[in-house]
Amino acid sequence: MRLLEYQGKELFDEFGIRVPRSHLAHTVQEAREGGNKLGYPLVIKSQLTVGGRGKAGAILKCKNEVELEPKFNELLHKEVKGELPRGILLEEMADIKRELYVSLFLNRSKRCYSLISSAEGGIDIESAGSKVMVDVPIDGLTSQQAEETANKLGLDGETVISFVDFTTKLSKIVNEKEAELAEINPVAILQDGSFMALDAKVIIDDNAMFRHPELKKYEHISELEKQAEVSGFSLVELDGNIAIIGNGAGLVMSTLDMVSDAGGRAGAFLDFGGRATTETIYDALKVISKIKKVEAILVNLFGGIVRTNLVAQAILDAYNNNLMNVPVFARISGADSEKAREMLQGSKAKLYNTVEEAIQSAVSTLKNSRGSA
Amino acid sequence: MTTTVEKTFNIFDILIGTKGEEDFGKKPVIIQGMTGSYGSTHTRLMKAYGTNIPAGVTPGKGGQIFEDIPIYNTMSEAVGATGAQISGIFVPAPFFLKAAVEAIDSGIKLLVAIPEHIPIRDAIKVLEYARRKDARMIGPNTPGVIVPEVMKVGIMPAQPFKAGTTVVFSRSGTLMYDVSYNLTSKGYGQRLCLGIGGDPINGTNLIEAFDLVRDRDDVESIVVVGEIGGDAEEQLAQYIISTNFTKPVIAYIAGRAAPKEKRMGHAGAIVYGNYGSAESKVTNYAKANVPVAKRPAEVPELLAKKLRM
Repeated sequence: MRLLEYQGKELFDEFGIRVPRSHLAHTVQEAREGGNKLGYPLVIKSQLTVGGRGKAGAILKCKNEVELEPKFNELLHKEVKGELPRGILLEEMADIKRELYVSLFLNRSKRCYSLISSAEGGIDIESAGSKVMVDVPIDGLTSQQAEETANKLGLDGETVISFVDFTTKLSKIVNEKEAELAEINPVAILQDGSFMALDAKVIIDDNAMFRHPELKKYEHISELEKQAEVSGFSLVELDGNIAIIGNGAGLVMSTLDMVSDAGGRAGAFLDFGGRATTETIYDALKVISKIKKVEAILVNLFGGIVRTNLVAQAILDAYNNNLMNVPVFARISGADSEKAREMLQGSKAKLYNTVEEAIQSAVSTLKNSRGSA
Repeated sequence: MTTTVEKTFNIFDILIGTKGEEDFGKKPVIIQGMTGSYGSTHTRLMKAYGTNIPAGVTPGKGGQIFEDIPIYNTMSEAVGATGAQISGIFVPAPFFLKAAVEAIDSGIKLLVAIPEHIPIRDAIKVLEYARRKDARMIGPNTPGVIVPEVMKVGIMPAQPFKAGTTVVFSRSGTLMYDVSYNLTSKGYGQRLCLGIGGDPINGTNLIEAFDLVRDRDDVESIVVVGEIGGDAEEQLAQYIISTNFTKPVIAYIAGRAAPKEKRMGHAGAIVYGNYGSAESKVTNYAKANVPVAKRPAEVPELLAKKLRM
């Protein structure tokens, strides 16, 4: 779960990391109140779960109240990578002496946490000239590691102490809240030598959420995603009109690739996991039926334990209960496929021997219906 | 650079032993969480496939019998009674850490960690503990491991697999079945198929998996089924180049058409910027002279071509 900036900063504040004074606003009225409280100039920032908002112009400076209203409205309606903001954060302008980059992240190839920092802040870390990286023990960054890192970054005097304080607190957050990533870009060193987190990108390990009821309030999933989650499905909504359902994340991804290669556009990715029963398939179709842009459903099931006739029954039930009316193109490798084929005769669902055939058929059917419309 | 494994770990010795041994192909495997719905279903299927399962563990159910298999309360009792070095873990994710540590403490040398949704910190803790105690973990979030026509520890169906000389390593479960099925149907049987796991942390990563088979005469070629997310394929390509790995390798990568910054079903299948992208993986494989199939059915075609070279 990726936290919004203001949520990450709430965590920082809770653990004693300094953040700018701020005010979260969803309406112009709330923004004006924030402006009065914080004073001017201030900065307004879209609250998004996608990166690249600076480049997209979703962070703006406001010199005074006159500037605030139009700029606030601009951000409120500005999509970044297809996402509208979930609120706009107003923040005081900090008195910055210099900036750093600090990130504590799960290092997948080394299979541990690592701290990466740079004496250049506010940059793309990939292209930063001087980076310092250190592997962090599972119990957390030690003061000695933090101090060595500060020295390598060329910090001195008070700022070394501030750096140690800042990074060990960050490590505590990552450990206690089970984050995969806590990136701050930039960290400001203020005129008085103290540190302040100007941004916050925090990702919590979804699989550890059962130990963190206190973080539940930060979840921002749609009704549909919630429904999928309750059924144990992984669902990702996409832009196209073909919904892809399958047993296994890799298999559904692979099908998505092949649909794309065949000139089709996927509208949903749904992995219903290991168990292919009539109920699971029916529930999966139910979730998909709520996505209005879906015009065809592609089912790709693989595994010897799958009973093909159970899948066919679920598809028939979905049609009979008027859950859906769109055609289903299915490749189901499993027992009883002849019987399943018979069951589906006369319905809008069809079984194919290979996934390639099912995809070809789905893509050309959609193309033809478009042509005749 | 990822640390390479101690060369002493021989997965074939642990899984099936060596020819001539009394229990060759019948090494004992303990199933932790045997009486759960998942554990019980797959205990039956593993047994039917030929896996020797002389004990199961479910705390509080000690003394019971399941499918003629005695259940114990603790791993130390089960290991004491059977001398097993392999454990298949089928417990729900919140109990995984405790179950795995108990297994390692009891002398288990190979943990096959089936459950999905294991917290990252728990996986790292088990991995570090296993290293200290000279044990090895496969997974978590893996379909397990199969030596076709001999034994399996995991949840994979039997039908796709056939004995042979190819090895399949896969980050995805169903794709491991699909690709193996494609190989089998074109006459390429498998010596070993091993699920690396779909999580960001893998107890046995691709490089370590390659180390398991690089010097084996009974392994002719390797198929790596990867997906977007992380840099396991990039690291592997580097390994193939720098260690001069000579066996033919064919790759497949799922998720080319997936959007960025979206988790595609597996906890580990997510792209940030270029990190974890399919393009990055394909580019690196190209440098290592590893052909990448566009779809699972293309894998045997590419393998045939490579073997003719």
